[in-house]
Amino acid sequence: MKPVFQKLKEKLGCAILEVSEGPAKEWRVFAAKDSILKVAECLVEVFGMRFLFLSGSDTRKENGSFTLHYVFSYVQQDQFLIVQTRVEEKDPQFPSLARFLPQANWHEREIQDLLGLVAAGHPDSRRLVLHEDWPHGLFPLRKDFGSPEKIPRIAGEYIFERVEGEGIFEIPVGPVHAGIIEPGHFRFSSAGESILKLEIHHFYTHKGTEKSGEGKTPEHLLCLAERISGDNSLAHAVACAQALESLGQIEVPSRAQFLRVVFLEMERLHNHMSDIAGIALDVAFSFGASQLMRVKETLLRLNEQLVGTRLLRSVATLGGVRHNISEARKEWLIREIKKIKDDFDKTIQILWQVDSLMDRVETTGTIKKEVAEVLGGVGPVARASGIDRDLRRDHPYAAYKNLFFRVPVFMEGDVESRMKVRVQEVYESFKLIYDALHAMPQGPLRGEIKPLRPSQNALGYVESPRGECFHWISTDGQGKISRWKIQSPSFSNWPLIEYAVLENIVPDFPLINKSMNLSYSGNDR
Amino acid sequence: MFRILKKNMEIGKVTLPYAVLTAKTPEGFFGAPEIDPAKCTGCGKCVIPCPTQALTIADRSAEAKRFFHLSYGDCIFCGHCGPVCPHQAISFKGKYQLASRTKKELCRESHFSLPECRKDAAFIPDDVLPAKGQADDGQSFSQGDFSGRLSIEETGLKLKDKIQRLFGRSLHIREVDAGSCNGCEVEIVNLSNPIYDAERFGVHFVASPRHADMLLVTGPVTRQMELALVKTYEATPSPKLVVACGTCAISGGIFEGNYAVIGGVDHSVPVDVYIPGCPPRPEAILHGIFLALDKIPARLSARNWVQE
Repeated sequence: MKPVFQKLKEKLGCAILEVSEGPAKEWRVFAAKDSILKVAECLVEVFGMRFLFLSGSDTRKENGSFTLHYVFSYVQQDQFLIVQTRVEEKDPQFPSLARFLPQANWHEREIQDLLGLVAAGHPDSRRLVLHEDWPHGLFPLRKDFGSPEKIPRIAGEYIFERVEGEGIFEIPVGPVHAGIIEPGHFRFSSAGESILKLEIHHFYTHKGTEKSGEGKTPEHLLCLAERISGDNSLAHAVACAQALESLGQIEVPSRAQFLRVVFLEMERLHNHMSDIAGIALDVAFSFGASQLMRVKETLLRLNEQLVGTRLLRSVATLGGVRHNISEARKEWLIREIKKIKDDFDKTIQILWQVDSLMDRVETTGTIKKEVAEVLGGVGPVARASGIDRDLRRDHPYAAYKNLFFRVPVFMEGDVESRMKVRVQEVYESFKLIYDALHAMPQGPLRGEIKPLRPSQNALGYVESPRGECFHWISTDGQGKISRWKIQSPSFSNWPLIEYAVLENIVPDFPLINKSMNLSYSGNDR
Repeated sequence: MFRILKKNMEIGKVTLPYAVLTAKTPEGFFGAPEIDPAKCTGCGKCVIPCPTQALTIADRSAEAKRFFHLSYGDCIFCGHCGPVCPHQAISFKGKYQLASRTKKELCRESHFSLPECRKDAAFIPDDVLPAKGQADDGQSFSQGDFSGRLSIEETGLKLKDKIQRLFGRSLHIREVDAGSCNGCEVEIVNLSNPIYDAERFGVHFVASPRHADMLLVTGPVTRQMELALVKTYEATPSPKLVVACGTCAISGGIFEGNYAVIGGVDHSVPVDVYIPGCPPRPEAILHGIFLALDKIPARLSARNWVQE
């Protein structure tokens, strides 16, 4: 038995029922429902593990109860620890972790809405994913939900938390916004220009994607994964493919692993270009915006020439990739990337010297390290607040363990830091693309395809341009997909914005929002 | 300041004239599947990998005929159908200018003699192929949950002449995301980049529906966005145009049939033009907007549209 398992048994004793090694890098711990809080406290405080997400599934057909999976990351040993517990239908309560782990807040409310289990002791009893016009007692992720023809709308209203006092007024924004962005609602309480409180009310774009994935073939599931968050199509598709590959014990050939790195970094490039352009646009520095949007267009056209789609859709496939980069293409791509790097470099050098830009971004929208830590911030947002965390290095996948790169971390947590993180990451991505193209061995693009193993769960993960993205897939007795949980980086980062805007002025909100660049669709799914 | 000027001069003019943008198929772009009727035998192999049932087959034994149906309004351009065709009848040549006024125009149908089809070694009978319900060609916004809010005077296309007269020179667009994955937003934002620069055609994106002549709607219309979409439609002054941008907005696309999705913009508000694509590339969106105005710049007269 592994020393960690022994220590776990020692510390927790009868709280844990069973420990086992799952596939790849997953350890499984079975715990009784009532001891979940104790187990979580021990994992976080004694072992220094980090809570990632919570997934609930309806397994009443298989074992007569609902199953909850709490997923933790154990960076020291590049392992994931998955705590599994059962919740009976006749006693649908499970202990809430939200008071101990504030980042579990949304996860637990999502399970309440979609699965009908009750998080006992949760500080916020309001709905999250389903809005107030959704009928009571109807839970879409339950297997007996079926496919009702028409779901009636009931009367109901979301109650916002009120700030009261002289001179305080509320500003409702959305769901239809002024810019060309996705829908969501923001409720500001402000005194004068200064924001006292922001409450976000999202999930307008909830499309039931996880439910749609149930029973799909792996190839069709990948098509859906590409449409969770359009600009991060490939990251979601690769994370989903990795989970499926783990379920089918499919080996991905080395060349395909390197090609995945090349394409994933191409995706990071066009995302970061548009984020930095967005920041420039929001401070009305149109030179920066138009130069970087032009560079982004060049990148999208490069994607198109490489794989036939601008957003890198239909690139990832089960067991590998669908597109090769030939030797001749490789040289051409390196030349193009060099040109883009020079172009980007010149524009960025100018940006740092523009006072009208720097004045707006310095000290704006600060997120303290403690806040980002406690609320489970991920990606460039966390790295700008001093949290040194990157799945590519901490839990390497694809060919990242064979490549060297730096993870930029800045301490201030303001818009400027988030911009700096992205700029540095762009340079690292250029380097990763050269290195991956040079180190790429010859070989097949796709491994041997095998059917998914029945009654298993597996995890797939990618550091997307927005941060860590997890796909958790379970199969039923026939090897069909019975549950698909998507943990997108936006779901982790949205709650942070409520803190980032505090004591800032209302006109800086679009800038702060853009600097975090969160996907509404990825969050709402 | 000097460095900004220098950089601007180095880069020079990058905006491409509409004629150049649309003159040839973009290099490498896959686009929509095209089926070669001379090669297709109607075997049905391509129907299985299609994730959205854009390709369907129906056998009518009484007539001894097999009907093969391709709907660009459902197609997500994934390219899965091409490689499985045993006769290499499906090709991707970068076709993207598909916008049309009706859903019917987005469909291609062909029929085969059923006994002939059966002779093909690859033949698959239609009872083992995924079946799709009746294709809806019409608009069903009058059955939407919030149809009571739509006034009759505003619906329909009878205001077309008035619209053309009024919007002759410029067009103000309000973009509404009714639940898209943000792929369409990426491309709509790209319309404003220096390469496409949609503003030179008089196309301007505005911040409020009250300033808009046209709503450009993306996404399958989620249950939770339906009311917001109808309210935005209400807030837009008449006469107004609605363009459904992207496959989700036409039919619900890959999300069709989900509990959280209404499935197509025309289930909630009247639609004037449909733009297929997942996402449609910027040229395709421009083409759709021009189609709604009956103002497609002909290649020869493109110079009139491009400010040199």
